[in-house]
Amino acid sequence: MTTKQIVVVSAGLSTPSSTRQLADRLAADSVAALAERGVEAEVRTFELRELAHDITNHLLMGFAPPKLEEALDAVASADGLIAVTPIFTTSYAGLFKSFIDVIDPQALTDLPVLLGATGGTPRHSLAIDYAMRPLFTYLHAVPVTTGVFAATSDWGGADGDGVRSLPDRIFRGAKEFAELVERTDRSQLVSDPFRLDRPMGHLIGGLAGE
Amino acid sequence: MQFGIFTVSDITQDPTTGRTPTEAERIQATVAIAKHAEEVGLDVFALGEHHNPPFWSSSPTTTLAYIAGQTSTLQLSTATTLITTNDPVKIAEDYAMLQHVSGGRADLMIGRGNTGPVYPWFGKDIRQGLPIAVESYELLHRLWREDVVDWEGKFRTPLQGFTSTPRPLDGVPPFVWHGSIRTPEIAEQAAYYGDGFFANHIFWPASHTQRMIALYRQRFEHHGHGTAAQAIVGLGGQVFMRRNSQDAVRDFRPYFDNAPVYGHGPSLEEFTQQTPLTVGSPQEVIDRTLGFRDYVGDYQRQLFLVDHAGLPLKTVLEQLDLLGEVVGVLRTEFAKNRPAEVPDAPTHASLVAAKYGDEAPRQATPNANRGDNLTVGASPYQDAPAPAGSAFGPAATRAGGAR
Repeated sequence: MTTKQIVVVSAGLSTPSSTRQLADRLAADSVAALAERGVEAEVRTFELRELAHDITNHLLMGFAPPKLEEALDAVASADGLIAVTPIFTTSYAGLFKSFIDVIDPQALTDLPVLLGATGGTPRHSLAIDYAMRPLFTYLHAVPVTTGVFAATSDWGGADGDGVRSLPDRIFRGAKEFAELVERTDRSQLVSDPFRLDRPMGHLIGGLAGE
Repeated sequence: MQFGIFTVSDITQDPTTGRTPTEAERIQATVAIAKHAEEVGLDVFALGEHHNPPFWSSSPTTTLAYIAGQTSTLQLSTATTLITTNDPVKIAEDYAMLQHVSGGRADLMIGRGNTGPVYPWFGKDIRQGLPIAVESYELLHRLWREDVVDWEGKFRTPLQGFTSTPRPLDGVPPFVWHGSIRTPEIAEQAAYYGDGFFANHIFWPASHTQRMIALYRQRFEHHGHGTAAQAIVGLGGQVFMRRNSQDAVRDFRPYFDNAPVYGHGPSLEEFTQQTPLTVGSPQEVIDRTLGFRDYVGDYQRQLFLVDHAGLPLKTVLEQLDLLGEVVGVLRTEFAKNRPAEVPDAPTHASLVAAKYGDEAPRQATPNANRGDNLTVGASPYQDAPAPAGSAFGPAATRAGGAR
């Protein structure tokens, strides 16, 4: 069986960042959950902080510098995406959205996504569902039901908010994600912007024949 | 191989002096630049088309016709002629006129344009950009090849027995290049007609250009116009030179940092690394330009952008002096190891020779006043070639033919 490619995108701005920490835990549990199902997985992690200038340059110039292009290609050809962002002022970080904005709109079709977010207080936890989830749904990606929000208090104890512990939520999200990743086959979906989809006969005939 | 320059006709503040040239100054400067291009031994001058400030070139054939009158060998072209917002009938007329007054020194590069607001000014919809480009070019192509055209499409009023005048010089339409950055359908369109394909090549990574040219070459062969190596390829490029590299970087940096097209984005160093922009000594420009051949194959036309971003006329003329030297070397170097099957860029003379051989080319002479010009199938010209148009146009399949 082929190795599944998991791409992790972390939009944390500080180093070290709790966003990256959450991303790493989501990735580790996902790999473990896949392994349990007998599926091998490789993980590549991209820190958007390191791509911040490239992302801005892409927004201004319309093409990706080499490092960013590598990240975009990795996301487009992945079998699963783990996307984690800090929540700033009620929504995903601007850097996170800018990265999403330079992804080809077709590139995420049918892609399983595990959503994660971090914030200072658990009161922002719904941002995953009202901000992040619609973004990925719009792009025809498939975000799994459980999104994992980690507030500052979550890192403090095993039972941060008295409901389910952070490790429990990570485990649950990773399990759902692993199930989807195992089943997914996106090999036919990877799009090539330079492929000729409409040869001339189709272009002219399409117009005349309407 | 042809070498030349192209301009987008921007009027940009000189960031080193804070002064913005007037429209009148920039237009006169452009004429001076074109004339100097010929003096230093360049082959081609190509002019952009825009319909909004801060650009001035709304009427390229007017400018090019004047330059034609001031020069004797310079090939006049465009970069680009907007097939989307111009009426293809007017393009057919204007560029046939330019062909005549320039003595066959005119060709053109077709493009879709990149400024959204232009479309509604001319009654068009940018979402239809590609279908318009396909339909309008098909009409343009016929107007230059058929004396009488019946036509019906989606994007302009139908034509019944229409004749575009004057007929192309010597019965040979101007050579057409199709310009595009990353639209595979345009590469396909160029290949389908056996026309040239021009990759803008500036502002974009070489890998994009490589993919587009490869597609065009492959489709050129597919459509039966020759081998992939015989396809007609042009490239853009952008250079700024001083005798030594450090001076070039120092002098160009303020223009780069403030240019509307790429200022405030990547650094000059990043940009020169990621795109074909070359800022340095003449030798660096020679080396970089010769490298283009490594990823697009032997090609036919190389145009450089040298006059934008607020560079003053004096500097541009200095650039042309250096470019003249550079091109002298490039001609020699590009000729080395060039396979015999690779053709030169088509010129009026070569197109006439290809069509007529040793025979005299057609000289269209109209019949006496017809006025109506509506009778399908007959020619308004004395030599009356077969009216191919009516056999294929919508009129041929529609009962009657009256509206």
